[in-house]
Amino acid sequence: MTTQTMTKSATGYISPTRERVMGVLFLIIAAAIWVFFIRNTTPGVETTFGMTPGGSQVQTPDWVFETYTALNILLFLSIALAVYQLVRGFKRYTNIVLGVISGFFIFAFLAWGASGLSLNLSGLLRVMVIRSVPLTLGAFSGILCERSGVFNIAIEGMMLTAAFCAALFGSLVNIWFGLLTAMISGLVLGGVLAVLAIKYKVNQIIAGTVINIFATGLTSFLSAKFLQKYQYLNNPGRFPTWDVPGLSQIPFIGPIFFSHNLFVYAMYILLIVLTVALFYTRWGLRLRSVGEHPKAADTLGIQVNRTRYMAVLLGGTMAGFAGAYFILGSVGRFDEVLTAGRGFIALAAMIFGNWNPFGAFGAGLLFGFADSLAGKLTILRVPIHNKFLEMAPYIVTMIVLAGIIGRGQPPAAGGQPYEKE
Amino acid sequence: MKIEKAKAQTPQKPLAVFLDEITRSPMMVNILAIITGLFLGGVIAALTTENVYAALKSSLGESLKLALQAAWNTYKALFLGAFGDPQRIVSALQSGDLNAINRALSPFAESLVQATPYIFAGLAVALGFRVGLFNIGAEGQIFVGALAAVWAGVFIKGLPPIIHAPLALLIGGLGGAIWGLIPGWLKAKTGAHEVINTIMMNYIAFRLSEYLLTGVLRDPAKTTPISAPIERSAWIPRLFPDPNRFHAGFFIALFMALLVYILLFKTTWGFELRTVGANPSAARYAGMNIVRSMVITMALSGGLAGLAGANEVLGVNRNLGVAFSSGYGFDSIALALLGNSHPLGVVLASLLFGFLRNGAIQMQLTAGIPIDIISIIQAMILAFIAAPAIIRTIYRLKPPKEPEIRLQTSSAGGSS
Amino acid sequence: MAPILELRGITKQFPGVLANDHIDLTLNQGEVLALLGENGAGKTTLMNILYGLYKPDEGEIFVRGKKIDIHSPSDAIAQGIGMVHQHFMLVPVFTVTDNVMLGDEYVRGGGFLDRRRAAARIREISRQYNLQVDPDAYIKDLPVGLQQRVEIIKLLFREAEILILDEPTAVLTPQEVDELFGIMKSLVEHGKSIIFITHKLREVMDFSDRITVIRAGKVVGTTTPQEADQNKLAAMMVGRQIELQIEKKPAEPGEVVLQVRNLKVLDSRNLIAVNDVSFDVRAGEILGIAGVQGNGQTELVRAVTGLLHPISGEIRFLGKKVTHATPKEFFELGAAHIPEDRQKDGLVLTYPVKDNLVLNTYYHPPFARGVMLHQPSIYTNAEELVRKFDIRTPSVMTMLSSLSGGNQQKVIVAREFSRPIKLLVASQPTRGLDVGSIEYIHHRLVEKRDEGCAVLLVSTELDEIMELSDRIAVMYRGRIIVTVDAKEVTKEQIGLYMAGVVPA
Repeated sequence: MTTQTMTKSATGYISPTRERVMGVLFLIIAAAIWVFFIRNTTPGVETTFGMTPGGSQVQTPDWVFETYTALNILLFLSIALAVYQLVRGFKRYTNIVLGVISGFFIFAFLAWGASGLSLNLSGLLRVMVIRSVPLTLGAFSGILCERSGVFNIAIEGMMLTAAFCAALFGSLVNIWFGLLTAMISGLVLGGVLAVLAIKYKVNQIIAGTVINIFATGLTSFLSAKFLQKYQYLNNPGRFPTWDVPGLSQIPFIGPIFFSHNLFVYAMYILLIVLTVALFYTRWGLRLRSVGEHPKAADTLGIQVNRTRYMAVLLGGTMAGFAGAYFILGSVGRFDEVLTAGRGFIALAAMIFGNWNPFGAFGAGLLFGFADSLAGKLTILRVPIHNKFLEMAPYIVTMIVLAGIIGRGQPPAAGGQPYEKE
Repeated sequence: MKIEKAKAQTPQKPLAVFLDEITRSPMMVNILAIITGLFLGGVIAALTTENVYAALKSSLGESLKLALQAAWNTYKALFLGAFGDPQRIVSALQSGDLNAINRALSPFAESLVQATPYIFAGLAVALGFRVGLFNIGAEGQIFVGALAAVWAGVFIKGLPPIIHAPLALLIGGLGGAIWGLIPGWLKAKTGAHEVINTIMMNYIAFRLSEYLLTGVLRDPAKTTPISAPIERSAWIPRLFPDPNRFHAGFFIALFMALLVYILLFKTTWGFELRTVGANPSAARYAGMNIVRSMVITMALSGGLAGLAGANEVLGVNRNLGVAFSSGYGFDSIALALLGNSHPLGVVLASLLFGFLRNGAIQMQLTAGIPIDIISIIQAMILAFIAAPAIIRTIYRLKPPKEPEIRLQTSSAGGSS
Repeated sequence: MAPILELRGITKQFPGVLANDHIDLTLNQGEVLALLGENGAGKTTLMNILYGLYKPDEGEIFVRGKKIDIHSPSDAIAQGIGMVHQHFMLVPVFTVTDNVMLGDEYVRGGGFLDRRRAAARIREISRQYNLQVDPDAYIKDLPVGLQQRVEIIKLLFREAEILILDEPTAVLTPQEVDELFGIMKSLVEHGKSIIFITHKLREVMDFSDRITVIRAGKVVGTTTPQEADQNKLAAMMVGRQIELQIEKKPAEPGEVVLQVRNLKVLDSRNLIAVNDVSFDVRAGEILGIAGVQGNGQTELVRAVTGLLHPISGEIRFLGKKVTHATPKEFFELGAAHIPEDRQKDGLVLTYPVKDNLVLNTYYHPPFARGVMLHQPSIYTNAEELVRKFDIRTPSVMTMLSSLSGGNQQKVIVAREFSRPIKLLVASQPTRGLDVGSIEYIHHRLVEKRDEGCAVLLVSTELDEIMELSDRIAVMYRGRIIVTVDAKEVTKEQIGLYMAGVVPA
């Protein structure tokens, strides 16, 4: 009895359409580089990229190159990739190649926009890292919850409440206490989400909406009632910038990635910790099993609801940490609804990153870049309104959800309460 | 024999039967949810009053008294703001002075004005729920509706009011419909979850409004990003002199509720839509068109939300600013649930929220309680309605006879 | 020596049903005990109690003569009891290794997964019992038969001594079934004890050491394959001698109603499920499609009802091309469909009976006037059909969810038969029903045939196919490998065809 059992999977049917569609998409991007940028560039004009962020001690000389030549090189490379895709196909590396070509396009855009001008590229990238922090941390919160099977659209509300607590208690005691209370407030709201979603089996979208409305109301109410009246309650200070010895001295890279405050480094550490914990430990295996197939986990003696409680509480705490960033790592004071929808961009980053910490970090950087670039657009004199760039994260998320460039793989049991029969 | 025993246990008194029915009915949960939410709102108002804590140092009794007083003042201000001052109304009625009556009744009318967008938006979400779709993007659709309506109100000139106002309203509804249609189509065709997509569409709408209000729609005469006032001919008429802002939009909203009711429960289209919501798979087997139902529903839902925005612009504000955002879109989820996704229920729930909102505006002015307290109250009401078990436990209600149907949004998406 | 497992007086009450009524059962070391019973007899409930998924209301469980308490699957696992569920409990996106060790992980350094050691153990088990499973494969890439072996490895990994297999052959091809019984034999040789739940008589006769039959929650008796025969077992199972033949007149086939040519259909995973299938169904005959579940029948039915569009081939309805028609167009032409999963696809459980009875005719007069529904007609229609089809319901306003399975199926039959139809596609029309309802449905199907309707019957129950069909087509791996006259073939022959043995 050595015959391997076979089923109809032997007659696999793979559509070559996607390969071709992607090839055409690559060509379109290449064509766009030519149509929008190369045609509008005069040969001989130079682009200057500043390689030292403002105020940095680590000096790197500016990068000056002839715009026209650079654009043509990018065009050539893009066409080469597109042709290879159409003829042979990159198969499972297609999405990576798509990322590379998109990178070419963005670089071409910057080079063209800064043609004859000077653009501080390192400043742009440094701001990208800073802006990515709440998005990435918020996405981590979403990953923890959703990997266990509980939708968390309340990241926004949790971050907002945490920001308020960070401001108030940071002012009353000190910034460390502010950070602690922010995380506790996230934990508490995570608890509310968990009880509503797990114990009372409330539709998880509604449970999240409850928290969002409640958080907006409560923080605005308390802020109007107290913070605006007593300004000293809204002045907690901020965590200082700390250069990582050695790493921060690397030219160009150092100031961008290794000269920040606590939150940025915490993001790097959490990225590693979360990845290892989710995919290489017993804890993570059980957490993911509960989000994929709770009944299977239950039959193997795993406590489904207890695991979910733990995941959502941790997710809440993570969102609380992300919320503290707004006050203690960024602006230093609370204003009504200061998160301004970043909780939802974090949700988008989670989806874009395929419920994966590294993916979420990448998406956070991408969305952070869009945010950062939106602030610099006016300098570049390009005919694109920064509001459209600010829309980009939302639009690309919708494109990803529609499965046009490969569908993500959300946890299978997401959104369903687990009921023992 | 068993049956006889059961019969003997059943109370024969009609009153007892009535009470038994009442305590089991879902309506009871909704009412208690509202009462509990309001009560907790009072607690929060009391807890955030400074002199309550100051008095705590001297005596607990004094502190409690002050707390009760704070809660009382809050709700008194809320009530007066929402309904008007009864004494003033009575004396105005006695005087027979029409102007005075108008002024005395204007808080009540203003509550109806506040309830109007709630009715539109609540209907939008309720319609989605009935078809198994979760339209969490009413907020964005309201914005787009307002943008489209203000465009029609400012840039279309020279039409008679009888055409211009309905046209502007219609264009507003159309704007919202497009905003709803996109996620509906994506859901039906690709299975992309409408919750995420409508959230994304919300923020695209916000950015779009910022772009338009700092660009083409901006009033050139102003430095702030605000649109020019709309043409007089596009106004939805107000029915009473100032300061009473009551306008015809309220009746349009009621009419829409009636239309949605007829559509859902009296027509074959509604039968198809409700079946798609109740069991998409069976609907498909019965030959119904899931894709079409989803797309149409999301478009109609977006259209209703768009009307909410258009109604505000054409009937109340008469121009559009960046700070137009009002939270109507998210509150409407609470409205739809509170109203059991039934048009009549939505109207009643909207009236409640309208009174709360208007009362809170007055309360902020007279009692110094920030208006945001109503968001807190609404969130709590929503939580209690979504988790009836909490209310049933608190008030020791008997479990319902039929299992409560939990909101179920479909994950279906057809490809053909 | 005490039996390895003994259940005494297990009782379990569900709302409205006494699922287990003082059940006693013993399992000896190293034997295969078949637990035989109809669908709904309480077999799965009993095993779920043993596995700690349900709490019994009464009763005791003894393992090796010692009384034990089982409150959760963990307790059962600790007692050496393992279960392969009817629906596999595997996470599709995890590897075999992750699935197997989940809940009983090999770790080092205080919580880091030791996948290499676990994989080595799986390879060892796989070798020992000749299971041939790759520990690094993802579950979603494995065929059903291999997934089942992963489930068995899960039990062996936990060193289970008592293995419960719940309807393990339902989803397998005959060849896979043989392989499974080979594995079971090797397990028993290694000293394991097996409880094997089924309702298939042949399997019981061929592969068990002892047989315990339960009916309506009670143990009817225990016997051995040597003492019993299929007829005796069947009688024990259903409580009376089942009438294996239905009275029916010879068929009088008329014109071709449904014509299918070279049909190719993909399943949800884009694999070819129906491969180059051709057949005709004539008016006044029943064509039975036999086959083990999962050989493309579902997709075939979906294609000939407009629910799934084929990638190639042609479907004609009374000569009209309907290859890409919608379900509605099929209905309009006079086709009716009794779907495989009645609760999911055939009914809206939250609707009252009256609405379910017009689910696909609601837009026609008299139920609709223009776009407005006409409730009085819908109501009268329901009253009439409830009477005519003997649907047991308190009223036509009763929610469908509170009707029994048989009455729910009657609602579908009433709805479909109350229209003038020319083609009836019935997919597993009696699955999970009680004997009375089965007889009722069977009579109705034959009656429809005699009225001149073309009937396409798809069933995995060989008896049902044999009893009702005029012609039988056997599907195997997406193809119809043979079409025969029902009168000229024996059950054994069809069984061979279902196993893919093509006549020379």
